[in-house]
Parts: sequence; structure tokens; C-alpha cells
Amino acid sequence: MRYLPKSDSERRQMLDACGVESAEDLFAHLPEAVRLRRPLDLAPGISEYEIVDYFRARAAENANGYASFLGAGVYRHYRPVLVDTVVSRGEFLTSYTPYQAEISQGTLTTIFEFQTMICQLTGMEVANASMYDGSTAVPEAAMMAARITGRHRALAARSVHPEYREVLRTYALHQGMPVEEFGYAKDSGAIDLEDLERKIDSETAAVIVQSPNFFGAIDDVKAAAEIAHRRGALLVVVFTEAVSLGILEPPADADIVAGELQSFAISPSYGGPYAGIIATREKFVRQIPGRLVGQTVDTRGNRAFCLTLSTREQHIRREKATSNICTNQALIALMANVFMTVYGKVGLRELALQNAAKAHYLAGKLKPAFTGKFFNEFVARCGNPEAVNKALLKKKIIGGLPLGRFYPELADSMLVCATEMTRRADMDELSEALRAPAAEEVLA
Amino acid sequence: MIRKVRSHPSQNEALLFERSSPGKRAWQLPELDVPAVDASVALGAANVRAEIPGFPEVSEVEAIRHFTRLSTWNYAIDHGMYPLGSCTMKYNPRINELVARIEGLAWAHPYQPEALAQGAMEVMARLEAALAEITGMDAVTLQPSAGAQGELTGILLIRALLEQRGNPRRKILIPDSAHGTNPATAAIAGYVVENVKSTGAGVLDLEALARAVDPDVAALMVTNPNTLGVFEENIVQAAEILHSKGALLYMDGANMNALVGIARPGDFGVDVMHLNLHKTFSTPHGGGGPGAGPVAVKKALEPFLPTPRLKRVRGKWAYDFKRKRSIGRVRAFYGNFGVLVRALAYILAHGGPGLRNATVDAVLNAVYIRKQLEPYFDLPYPAPNMHEVVFSDERQARLGVRTGDLAKRLIDYGFHPYTVSFPLIVHGALMIEPTETEGKLELDQFIDAMISIAKEVETDPELVKQAPHSTRTSRVDEVAAARKPVLRWKPA
Amino acid sequence: MYPENFRYTKEHEWVLMEGGIGTIGITDHAQQELGDIVYVDLPKPGTRVEQGRSMGSVESVKAVSDIYSPVSGEVAEINPALADAPEKLNEDPHGAAWLVKIKLSAPGELPDLMSAADYQAYIGAEK
Repeated sequence: MRYLPKSDSERRQMLDACGVESAEDLFAHLPEAVRLRRPLDLAPGISEYEIVDYFRARAAENANGYASFLGAGVYRHYRPVLVDTVVSRGEFLTSYTPYQAEISQGTLTTIFEFQTMICQLTGMEVANASMYDGSTAVPEAAMMAARITGRHRALAARSVHPEYREVLRTYALHQGMPVEEFGYAKDSGAIDLEDLERKIDSETAAVIVQSPNFFGAIDDVKAAAEIAHRRGALLVVVFTEAVSLGILEPPADADIVAGELQSFAISPSYGGPYAGIIATREKFVRQIPGRLVGQTVDTRGNRAFCLTLSTREQHIRREKATSNICTNQALIALMANVFMTVYGKVGLRELALQNAAKAHYLAGKLKPAFTGKFFNEFVARCGNPEAVNKALLKKKIIGGLPLGRFYPELADSMLVCATEMTRRADMDELSEALRAPAAEEVLA
Repeated sequence: MIRKVRSHPSQNEALLFERSSPGKRAWQLPELDVPAVDASVALGAANVRAEIPGFPEVSEVEAIRHFTRLSTWNYAIDHGMYPLGSCTMKYNPRINELVARIEGLAWAHPYQPEALAQGAMEVMARLEAALAEITGMDAVTLQPSAGAQGELTGILLIRALLEQRGNPRRKILIPDSAHGTNPATAAIAGYVVENVKSTGAGVLDLEALARAVDPDVAALMVTNPNTLGVFEENIVQAAEILHSKGALLYMDGANMNALVGIARPGDFGVDVMHLNLHKTFSTPHGGGGPGAGPVAVKKALEPFLPTPRLKRVRGKWAYDFKRKRSIGRVRAFYGNFGVLVRALAYILAHGGPGLRNATVDAVLNAVYIRKQLEPYFDLPYPAPNMHEVVFSDERQARLGVRTGDLAKRLIDYGFHPYTVSFPLIVHGALMIEPTETEGKLELDQFIDAMISIAKEVETDPELVKQAPHSTRTSRVDEVAAARKPVLRWKPA
Repeated sequence: MYPENFRYTKEHEWVLMEGGIGTIGITDHAQQELGDIVYVDLPKPGTRVEQGRSMGSVESVKAVSDIYSPVSGEVAEINPALADAPEKLNEDPHGAAWLVKIKLSAPGELPDLMSAADYQAYIGAEK
């Protein structure tokens, strides 16, 4: 087998050195009761060519060559060619977690740069080396808020990504953390501040909002912060569309920012792997989960980087750890690094402006359900979203996400996203389809 | 004598922010085919940010040089062996990278209609089936993002089953040799952790276990082979003790590389386990992630698996979201699909017989290392080892040199260190796992290096204690980094 | 090395009784075992503590150790020097690097603790 670098004669030499007749003798000490005495029921190994063939066939069974208006937490953005060039280098791809600083300065330096850029992007003072994804960053942020405040309730806006809220519930259930929700304003799509005021209490550790929220609306983070802080709770601000931070004011009033970086050259890849982030204020640094890279010097006085504040982590503190996380998403975070480097200060702003331009052109042709300001996503009323999408598929267009599955009250609407990759012609097709009789029927 | 490495100048490189200057750029966007917008008008003036202070501005050439230079400061599997115990740092096949990037897979959106996601769903179904066969279990979830999340999922499944039976119980038993994620996970799941001591031979003490399993115990979390690389010979009896008291057996699959094709956890009493695709199944570590931590369960736990699950409807794949007893989601969407593709490619490349051969070679390599190094390093637990071997620094410590120093000196010989100071039941542990993708030459060079270092300890201990000497970065001041943390660059 | 007027615990804390106030620290043996100390986590003044229960922790780069309170009472004062200079705990664990002062609720707890001689024997035996 091409990945096993021993010849038969080498194996023989090694077996002799081990003092055994055959390799099977190495397993002789295992109790017979545990032994698998038949071959694994798996097809024999195949060649490279056949492997490629298999996956090409699977790819062909997915959508190929379709335009798409799906956003909802996963976004189609152009991936600069430098991204794969860099992450394909064996020194990045096949290296281990940088526990041995002397031979991991490449990885450690990129993580330090990553932590810096996330702070710059979000307006926070310290950021970790990434979380699994945005959806798990949310419960981690909530648990952090609980540790800091000593309180135990979480209050999440309904306009936070529905699957993120599901994940929060799964984690919170076992932390003795009740999760309650507050609503959104029917006209603007932004959070309902009165509902927040009603539901927040002296046991609320975290108020969790998203901006731009799941409906694409730019939310009122300042007002949420005012209410949360007045009642002694921390404000967690979530984002799923990182490109928005190229042009939108960062959530400086947040205590903890939990976000998803998939938009930064991370392939949609049917749901993962992605990279989440947690960023916060300096004073909370010892409560932050996940890996942290710090600056120091080596014995020769040269600047160097190393993993630090490890005593928060599972391998040392064990059951008192801030989290059980071991992995960060190093290679994925590196993709985001390269993306942020390629676009940089000016490019990211221009990219964000193009996104806004595309989405606002589209919104001009449709019936946005909400009146609030949005970035590159919005909710479009269309009567029967499933029927509309069926018609669009015939033109090789995947329409927006029908919202009925997450918000029954919005069953007549779909969540539509346009990015710099969305072509005008496809937007024109989409607006035709949403105005077509099939759509209007149910509206009437 | 050092045969494996020789010095070569490496490029220096500043941080991105130190190379930036206004006006440099590496990007160009196409012209808009729709009207441009005024940000203040479209987004609201109060919502528009000033420029991002300190964000990089470099050219494409500088970007490539920056990352390339940094990359040359790393050690990687592509350079040589990582003898890290329980990490299974095996070769990352490049075909995996190619197939994961095929457009129809790489650009698939998790919400695209099921009819247009059949290929992705087939990949996941095929991988679930293969992992079920390899582990001897009945059902698999691919949702967890990594081993630690897989563990949490496993423990939540146990809780859900016991709750359904009337009492979730309070305690989880963990051997004193366990990896740190085990107790951290148990705590996050709301259980109290109790340690179970190992025998003098380093395996589970059945008597201690029998005493410890009371009606308050939900499960035992075990790694098999354990962190000494030794097979838990009493595992079947341990499972019986637990099951007789209504408790379950959880297995941490970190050491599956010793078992694939040889023994199946489902056959020796395990109820639920997680796998690390970035260990046993060759997906790349990438400097610390991503991974994937599928969880495999026996039938009784299937109803509680995370939602959604795949099902067949009229000859096509569909998702079942209506799972009343599911523990819910542990993450958004379906799992680290890109990692799953790579793991399936690995399984397809090996096939059944190939996977077994890999296990045999993994164990042969580790036993070979043990035999060659036994004369030089203390072996506290003499039981037969499988895919890894654990020595202690006992002999060297008498001369003032500890496992951490030996590990640093190994760097000068051209290798990444082994796992230092773990498991905790061995004082000054050296935990070595070569994996099957190391050839005889690399192994012999590693053995020569370790023997040479053992001799250096006797003749020139300071040389070892001050190592590494040949790297561009010498030992770093971890104390200063922790006392006054500097976690980001700031302008002067 | 180990002050006669201190009393010691098996968990390597010392306590000095003065009137109703107990000053608590960790022993020289403890700081040696921990290595370079990077951070000290102390309870806030006003916190109630219980004999034998954890009231904070001491961190080195690679390890964390709980600090167990040898007495029951209320935290009256914590040492302000340790926040900025945790290394003092390595330099002067029996003097300038005291950790907390506790207002005792039950002075009768003292006999449970070891004398300096007993503690020296205890750590000698541990080795």
C-alpha cells in the first residue's frame, strides 16, 4: 500500500529485532474474546484515479453550475487563489499544534496575527485562536458570561441564527443555564427592546443578539447594551457574515463577541469545517476558552511566540477547565488570515460595499418584509416560497431560504442573500420569479 | 552523531502589520454590474465604520513571501516523524486535499435542497456505514466537530438514556491515566468526576472498579489501548460490571490506530465511543485543527443521537428532523463535511485489508522502538505495548535531566518531540507513537537519536538541558508570557 | 526555614494567628513544587470561607493548585502585591507574599494543624 513505507525485507528485519516470528504474534497477548476473526466488511483499496472518480460522481449529484441566493449563516464569497496556495504548504497543512514553540514559530506567528486582526475587526481587546465555528462560540460565550457574573440565565434574541440557538440550548441544559428568548419588531426586523426589558432579570448572565441578524437586519446593539448593562448582565454580540465588518461599525459595546469567519475564504463545504471566534475585553481574558498565543522572548532575546495561559485549558485544569475544547481551527483560521491579508484595510471595505450594492439592487426589485437597514441579506415576501424556488430550479437558480421551517409566522417569505459573486442577470431572474403568478396566488 | 539534519539559513520575517504601508494592495474587484451605493444612505450613517485601524496593507508578493517564510519555521509530518503519543501523526494523503476541493462538494451550501445534495448525503452515509463496521457499533453520528465535542456528545447520550430509564445518575468514573478532555467533558455535561486507580501493571483495577460502581455511577470513560499503549485486558469484565449495575461504558477512541481490523470496541462491551478523524483517519492537523469527532453507539442509544439523521425515502437520501428523543444539535449544520470527505478518501484508498495492514505496521513500529530503547530508558509498565510505548525519565532524572530536556534535545536531531509528561501515572513520561507511515530508516534514525541523547546525559548533561541549540528560536520564556500576557500586536 | 509561630496544613498552607485574624500563605515547599508562579486567584474581601474548602488557586505555567483554607471565617484582606508581581510568591512565601487575612469564626479549629517540626517531618516523608 502506497502509504506504508516498509518493504517485506525491512519488516522481516524488524520482526527479528522484536523477537517474533510473524506480525500476528504482536497481538497474541490480546484476549481471544475481543479479537475480530474475520476481515472487515469493506471493499478492497482503490487507486487514486478511482478515488477521484468516486468523489467527482458525488459532486455531480449535488448542485453544479447553479446560481444561489442562499445565505443564512453560510456565504458565497470569492476565495483568493493565495489562500489555497498558502494552506497547501506541507509546513502548515501537516504540522501539529504548536506546543513546541522552537519549531512552530510559523503557526504561532500566524495565530498571533490572527488574534490581532480579529481585535481590529471587532473592536475588542483580546481574541482567542479560534473556536470550532460560530454556532459553538455562542454557548462558550454564554458560559463565559456565567463564570464572570456568577449568574446563570441566558436571554437570546429570536433573530439569532436558529441553529445557533439550538446549539446553545443543548449546551446550556447541562450547565444549569435556562435559556429564554425575546422577540423581534414586526416592522423593522430588529430586536424588540420592550420584550428584552420585560424578560431580563437579576439572574441574567448574558443577553445574546446578532448583527446583522438572521434576517439580515443591522441590529440595535447600543440599545441592547444599555439594557443589559443597566441590569448587570453581559452583552454577547454574534455575527455570521464577517464581510459586514468591512463596512459596519463593530460592536464596541459588546462584552463578548462570538462570530463565524466562513465568509473569509472558507469553502461552504456543505456545512464545515469553519472557524468561529471569541473576542472580549482584556479584563475577562482568564475566562476566555480555547487557545491563546502570546508574545515573549527566547533565551537569545529574540521576539518569539508561544501558547499561553494554558492553565485555563482542559489538559491542565481537567474538570475545572473553562471548556473541554482541545482543537482550535488552525488551518481554517489561516485561510481567514490570508483572506484578510489579501483584501486588507481598503479591499475589505470595497468588498463589503460591493455586497451592499448587489443586495440593495435586488431589494429594490422585491418586497422586503422589514423596513430596517440591512447589509447583504434581507427577507423577501413572496407568497409561496417553495413554489417560487421550484420554478427557479428549472433555470438553475437556487432561491432564498424559505423561512417557514424556522419562523412559522414568516412562512410566506424567503431569506435572500446577494454577494459580490451574484450576477445582475440572476437577480433579474429571481425578481421575475417572485413577481410571477405562482407567487402572487397565495399572497392574495 | 547527528545524521538527519544540517543547518541552513532561514529567512527572517516581520509581522504583517510591520510590513504594511498605505496604498499597497493585493486585491482587485471586478466592476459592479449594478449601481454603487452610498454606505451612509444604504446602511445608515451611524452604522458605517471608520477604516479598520492597523489592518494590513501589503502587495501580493509580500503576502506570499510573508506566509512562505513563516511556514519554513515550522516542523511538519512532511519533514519527518512526529513520535507524539496518542496523537497518531500519520501521513496526510494529498489525494484527500484534491477531492475535498472538487467544486460540487466544496461549494455545496448546507441549506441547498435535498434533491441537490444527494452526493454529499451519500458521502456521509457511506462514511457512517464504514465507521460502524470498523468499530462494531450500530449507528454513527458525524456531527461533532472534534474529539472533545464527540466526547461531550457521547456523555450527553448516556445521560439521555439513563434519564429515560428514570435516573441520569451523578458520577462518571475516569481512570487516573486519562487525557484531560475526559474530566473536563464530564464536568461540562453536569457530572461529578471520580478517579479510578490503575493496577501496578497500569491497567484497570477490576476490584477498584467494582467497589466504585454504585447506583450513582452513570459510566466509566476508558481509553483502549490505554494511554500507556497497553490493551485493557479486563475490558470485557469491566463492561459486565458496569452493565450489571445499569451503567455504561464509554470509550475514548484516540488510540483506535491500534485496533482497526484487529478488535472492535462494539464487540468488547463498549456502548458509545468517539473517533478522531484527524488521528486514525489521516485528516491533516493543520497546526491545530480542524478535526472531526464522530460518535458511534449501540442500538439503545440511537434514538438520542443529534438531529438530523439521514434516512432513505423512496430511493433517495433525506433528513429526519423529527426526532423526539434526540439530545438536539451539538453544532450548526451536519458536521465538518470537508474533513469527512478526507476520511472517506483514506478509507477507500486502504480498503478493509489495507486498514488492517496499517494497524499491524503501527504496532510493529512501536514494539520495534520499545525493544531498541529498553536498555537505555526506564520502562515502568512492562506489559506488551501496542501502537505506542511509554518510558519514564527515571534514569536520566538521577543525573538532573528530565523528560522535557530530552525532548528538546531530540529537536537538534531533526525530530519533533514525543509527548512529554503524560500520562500522569508515569513520573516524567516519554510517550512515543510512531504510526504506520514511518519507514525503517526514519525509525532507526529516531532510535539512534534517543540512544545518543541518553549517552549525552551521562557525558554532557548541560548540552541536553540547554537544548535545542540548532533552531532559529531557542527555548522561550513561557513564564513571562503568562505573567504579562501580550496577546496582540499594537502600534508603537 | 519554617517559622515556629506558624501552623501548617497537609496541603502546604501556613497560618499565623494574631488575635482573631489568621494570615494565610503557601509554604516554601509548595512554591518550589509549583515552579515559577504566573498568577494568583484570590477570593474577594467579604467572602465566607470554610476550613478544608478551596478558596482560590495558584498557577504556574504548567500547573494549577487549589488553595485550601485552613480555617473558617470571612476574608478581611487580600495581599495587593500579588496581582502585579506573582513572582513574589516564589521569592518570599512566608513573609511579603502572604495571600489572605481571615477573620476567624471558630478559633478552636487550630489544634488540627501541624507545628513547624511536624510539617518538616511531613514533607521529608513525602519525598
